[in-house]
Amino acid sequence: MITLYDYELSVNCYKQRLMMAILGVEYTSVPVDFYPGWEHKSAEFAKINPLGHIPVIDDDGFMLRDAHAILVYLASRYDPSRLWYPVDDPCRLGETAQWMLFAEGTTNTASSARLHDNLGYDFDIDAVRAGAHKLFRVMDEHLWFREREGLDWVVSGAHPTIADIALFPDVALSEEGGISRLDYPALRRWTDRVRRIPGFVTMPGVIALGESPWD
Amino acid sequence: MSVSGVCADPVVRDQWYALAAVDEIGADVSTRLLGLPIGYGLGPGGAARAWRADDGAPIPARVSYGYLWASVGEPPAEVFDVPETREPDRRIFNAGTLGLAVSAPRAVENFLDIAHFPYVHRGLLGDEPHTEVADYDVVDRDGEIWALGCRFHQPRAAAASTEEVVAQYQYRVPHPYCAMLYKSAPGHPDRLDAMGIFTHPLDDERIRAHLFLCLLDDVNTDATIRRFQQTILAQDMPILENQHPKRLPLDPRAETPVRCDKTAIAYRRWLSSLGVTYGVIPAGAG
Ligand SMILES: [Fe+2]
Repeated sequence: MITLYDYELSVNCYKQRLMMAILGVEYTSVPVDFYPGWEHKSAEFAKINPLGHIPVIDDDGFMLRDAHAILVYLASRYDPSRLWYPVDDPCRLGETAQWMLFAEGTTNTASSARLHDNLGYDFDIDAVRAGAHKLFRVMDEHLWFREREGLDWVVSGAHPTIADIALFPDVALSEEGGISRLDYPALRRWTDRVRRIPGFVTMPGVIALGESPWD
Repeated sequence: MSVSGVCADPVVRDQWYALAAVDEIGADVSTRLLGLPIGYGLGPGGAARAWRADDGAPIPARVSYGYLWASVGEPPAEVFDVPETREPDRRIFNAGTLGLAVSAPRAVENFLDIAHFPYVHRGLLGDEPHTEVADYDVVDRDGEIWALGCRFHQPRAAAASTEEVVAQYQYRVPHPYCAMLYKSAPGHPDRLDAMGIFTHPLDDERIRAHLFLCLLDDVNTDATIRRFQQTILAQDMPILENQHPKRLPLDPRAETPVRCDKTAIAYRRWLSSLGVTYGVIPAGAG
């Protein structure tokens, strides 16, 4: 059974909970007192992750850290359809890797703005917000063209991938970092489609489908 | 009314504000209070210190209920009394501090509102179909607002809950920007848990909200209780931050009857009667 070192309000932990819920993977959550305890920075936690961040998973003794790496592992191991991480299609696999790297960017901008505004992290708030808008603009345009081809997800093809899961929380919680999605209609439609994926779960601050005041 | 968010309202200016939980303060901190750049920190022996950032002049600062409080005006001698903090079997700590893009009165009003529980805190503080808010009393006690006799069906009222209950609630507003809540304490049928929202207004549209706990829970760890309360707070965030305008309209004709919550109406009236103009849109200002 998988153990997830988890903090409920962390977007990167939510990515794992969302992926496991969709794949129907059972797991145990070990809550880390992220704030105000900063437990992930403790000497004790350094044995689990010397980099001092979450999430980390322990799958029967196999330890893995870094949100997007864990998504690769979960889909590769627990999705027999091989659709979430499309290893059999070189083009889609390449696109998935491309959008996973893009998601590092949304995490470092949109989700950093949220940490700044909510928990007082010391980031250059104007710079991270501007960075997020730049990426959202690219995503919105990309998704708009996808829709014109009748496609729903960031990677081509009919099925969502781990890239959608990696991107969704950074986008869905952007308002908490002062980043409005008003000007990104295709991006908003995509967040609705993600919410409709069977098995979808929310986290505090992520509104379920049909309840959102802004989407 | 306010120039670049700096407060000219004497009622709001002459209050104490909780800036941070004392055990979360390390090095000196730069922040703003009511639009004014200030700094604060702990001196030798844990004494509270706060100062204006422009000229370094000291401003009133103190420690109460585990928080460092400061004022940019002439505050009363004491922070409002919370008698429960003197009961030795209670646990007193900060559940968390969250930055929010909203005015302090909007956040306080949300804290006073029961009607949103089944929709925003589904499965915890409320559940459908139990959405009806039974009638309760709102009274003035020594110049404070009290809401008494509120009852609400809750699936999981607190971290220590083991079953769904009809929770008893009382609310108290002792400060224009702070509110207390008293509710049934699991395992203590005759007493009430106390908790509060103490806001630190950065300006009239941005706050840091501290969730103060004074609980009878002798089962859960601090971390477990914090997790529960932070979940509740995070569920409120999108609702709070999407209210427009961010300042609270005090005109009785504004925003009615979207929410005909008695305590909220009394709170708005009370702010009007105190003459509060900061963080609100005063009646007749539109
Ligand atoms: Fe709430």
